[in-house]
Amino acid sequence: MIELEGLTKRFGTKTAVNNLSFQVRPGVVTGFLGPNGAGKSTTMRMMLDLDNPTSGRVRIYGKRYRELQEPLKHVGALLDAKAMHGGRSAYNNLLCLAQSNGIPERRVGEVLDLVGLTPVARKKSKGFSLGMGQRLGIASALLGDPQILMFDEPVNGLDPEGILWIRNLMKGLAAEGRTIFVSSHLMSEMALTADHLIVIGQGRLLADTSMADFIHQNSRSYVRVRSPQQERLKDVLHEAGIDAVGVPATGTLEIDGVGAEQVGELAARHRIVLHELSPQRASLEEAFMRMTADSVEYHSHAPGAPGAAGDNPARPADVPAWGAGFDSADAARKGGR
Amino acid sequence: MAFTAVLTSEWTKIRTVASTSWTLAVAMIVTVGFGALISTAAKAGLDRMSALERAAFDPTVVSFTGMQFGQLAMIVFGVMVVSTEYSTGMIRTSLAAVPARARFLFGKLTVATALALLVGLLTSFVSFFLGQAILGDHGTGLGTENVLRAVIGAGVYMALLALFSMGVAAMLRSSVASISILIPFFLIVSNALNIFEATRTYGQYLPDAAGSKIIEVVPDTIAGTGTPYGPWGGLGIMVLWVAASVLGGYLVLRKRDA
Repeated sequence: MIELEGLTKRFGTKTAVNNLSFQVRPGVVTGFLGPNGAGKSTTMRMMLDLDNPTSGRVRIYGKRYRELQEPLKHVGALLDAKAMHGGRSAYNNLLCLAQSNGIPERRVGEVLDLVGLTPVARKKSKGFSLGMGQRLGIASALLGDPQILMFDEPVNGLDPEGILWIRNLMKGLAAEGRTIFVSSHLMSEMALTADHLIVIGQGRLLADTSMADFIHQNSRSYVRVRSPQQERLKDVLHEAGIDAVGVPATGTLEIDGVGAEQVGELAARHRIVLHELSPQRASLEEAFMRMTADSVEYHSHAPGAPGAAGDNPARPADVPAWGAGFDSADAARKGGR
Repeated sequence: MAFTAVLTSEWTKIRTVASTSWTLAVAMIVTVGFGALISTAAKAGLDRMSALERAAFDPTVVSFTGMQFGQLAMIVFGVMVVSTEYSTGMIRTSLAAVPARARFLFGKLTVATALALLVGLLTSFVSFFLGQAILGDHGTGLGTENVLRAVIGAGVYMALLALFSMGVAAMLRSSVASISILIPFFLIVSNALNIFEATRTYGQYLPDAAGSKIIEVVPDTIAGTGTPYGPWGGLGIMVLWVAASVLGGYLVLRKRDA
């Protein structure tokens, strides 16, 4: 159990984390979601007592991190894959950590085996790829067999196989009753791994909810229609009291609040030709973007993010164009299946 | 968490990186090598000196002349031990493992200083014996009054200088910044201040000027004039500098974000 109370961090005049309070409960994967620059890493560093909060506090089992005896046996963290001495071998990097917390040396071999780094255990870690670095970081987090595990953007820059591996690892660890706290800026990744969701934007708490509730509340369902007689269809729908919104980019109409059956029957009655009639569910990505749209720090103003309109239904007009980043990550993830 | 666990961990850290062995090897080779070279030159000069001039000759100090340059590698050793934690990002992993800042820093400094002392003593004894062997009849022995103090003192001086550098590196958290301040300071600034009568009043209190008093057997051979402190007083002044630097390093570590 981790508790944050009114956690605030200011750098000069800039508030990176603003009065953040939430709890991370055991036995589930808690996703920590927010756009880049939302204050996720700063929050996690304060949870580990690396950065000093301007105000507020973090308690782990009711204690400050600094007060934990042999902390690696309670909390394991992957903050930055490169947070190792590159001139030292993977084995020795882990050995010095193990020794500092009274962890037996055989455990070093075990965790290296677990993350699949045994063949390169004696190699200097500066030659490691990003994926190998992430695995080494995860090995260091698992070293003390801790009940609490924290991962900051663990899938960043990983290939599909690595992403799948981390996802399964986290689920397995949570199934063992551990507390898993994982940050990401990818809703799609969270949807697959997290049971509980904490969303922040510009350092402020935007949502603290179960994944199921978030999906229920935020996924918009609608019907997409394409017709060569679009104007007539619009009129007909209007007469029936149904609102349709045209999407010029795709030449389709989007209709909220009615089923595909009703729209189809209505069109048939008026002998309107339909080229497409499909029920749609807005993705969680969009729900997340809608939620954080006002608090995104780094807006990119590229007109109509390329490739975003393709198979992404219903892009709300006020969504910032950084959705382009989601798509490429999404593609990488899909490739892994 | 026992302090010994931190010591074991820091010993593993220090023995598993390449910078440790090369900086310490350079410190030793340069000190011994230059000492032997100057001793050889001094012997040739001594044969032509008058008896009076010979009486003011300090064979112990001459055999330690190489320390002027060898100490620079000791400074680099001290800086690297601390600053690589920051340059590699290891510091965040290290502090997550040992969050008590005092235990982490003093564990690291204890191990690194003990190693520097060991190498420093080895260097000073080898320099001394080699230098005296070269000086032959003009040389001295460990049995002579104050010589053993000077030889052990030379090793202690090098360890203190390494520790001073560790403190500075903990304050500045960067190899480049620390080295580019410390090396010119000890190589040029301190020496320059001690050349001129007017500036020596202050220059003699700098850590290297004061600390190196411990290696004198014949009084005032290094500075050429008297100092308001003796060998132990000089070492004491250096210890105060080291204490200030380490305290500064600790306060920075405790206060600043990692």
